[in-house]
Amino acid sequence: MSVDVAAMPSGHEPLSETHEQRALGFWLYLMGDAVIFGLLFMTYSIMVGNTAGGPSGKTLFSLNNAALETVLLLVSSTTFGFASLASKAGSRPAVLSWLLLTFVLGAGFIFLEIREFLGLISAGAGPDRSGFLSAFFTLVGTHGTHVSVGLIWILIMSGQVLFKGLSVPVVSRLFRLGLFWHFLDIAWVGIFSVVYLPGLL
Amino acid sequence: MERHGLLSYFVGFVLAVVLTAIPFYLVATHALPPSRIIYVIAAAAVLQILVHLRFFLHLNFATTPRENLLAIAFTAVLLGIMLGGSLWIMVDLHTRMAL
Repeated sequence: MSVDVAAMPSGHEPLSETHEQRALGFWLYLMGDAVIFGLLFMTYSIMVGNTAGGPSGKTLFSLNNAALETVLLLVSSTTFGFASLASKAGSRPAVLSWLLLTFVLGAGFIFLEIREFLGLISAGAGPDRSGFLSAFFTLVGTHGTHVSVGLIWILIMSGQVLFKGLSVPVVSRLFRLGLFWHFLDIAWVGIFSVVYLPGLL
Repeated sequence: MERHGLLSYFVGFVLAVVLTAIPFYLVATHALPPSRIIYVIAAAAVLQILVHLRFFLHLNFATTPRENLLAIAFTAVLLGIMLGGSLWIMVDLHTRMAL
């Protein structure tokens, strides 16, 4: 599965390492992020019962909304995978199309999340209502912020693919953006398994 | 190699869909008692995270650089200590406060 980077078209010095071998620093960042998410998950698990007489997840959460968000993020993870494959094959139009599709799916996810948050806040179940809701908005909002940053990053990389072409540095950055995007899908698996599904049981 | 990569994403996607559909279906229909469903949710989540790591992030013991795997293993230990330890303390406090 390793990529022969030296064989890729590039105006830069050939690299003897694969993108995977160069990604240790980014893995360290992702693992730091994993610790942040882990602690937010733990805080949520401890606070989930502290509703202060307010509504609980059972009345607030929508299974359909969570399922739709899950589908959007999972499909976007797969379409990003196709973008990665297209970048290895050196096909610029294919990379751009898959990145665009990934962006649309990710934006759909963010739209659903913002709609859910606004609905909760207007129903009087904002982050200031109870410890449970503070923990909920912090955990799910942190994930949503990451996805939003990922969307901006996808736009930036689309611009680089468009104007700089699939040079070695651009493909290397695409590889790390892929790690980031797939990692966010893993965090979402944690969110629907810890927040939405148990909340609706 | 191209077809192998494509296959990896397809297999990962299908496995992820199955591991998502099972817990969502159980919660929607309550086909099992809730005390059992919670174990299914947990098992499906752990399996799905492994599926994502293997088929989307392409982690394996053959081509992934050793230092990347070490960083991930170290994080897993850290998370185990911090999450397990905090939950242990907080649940213990909770039971004592209820006495």
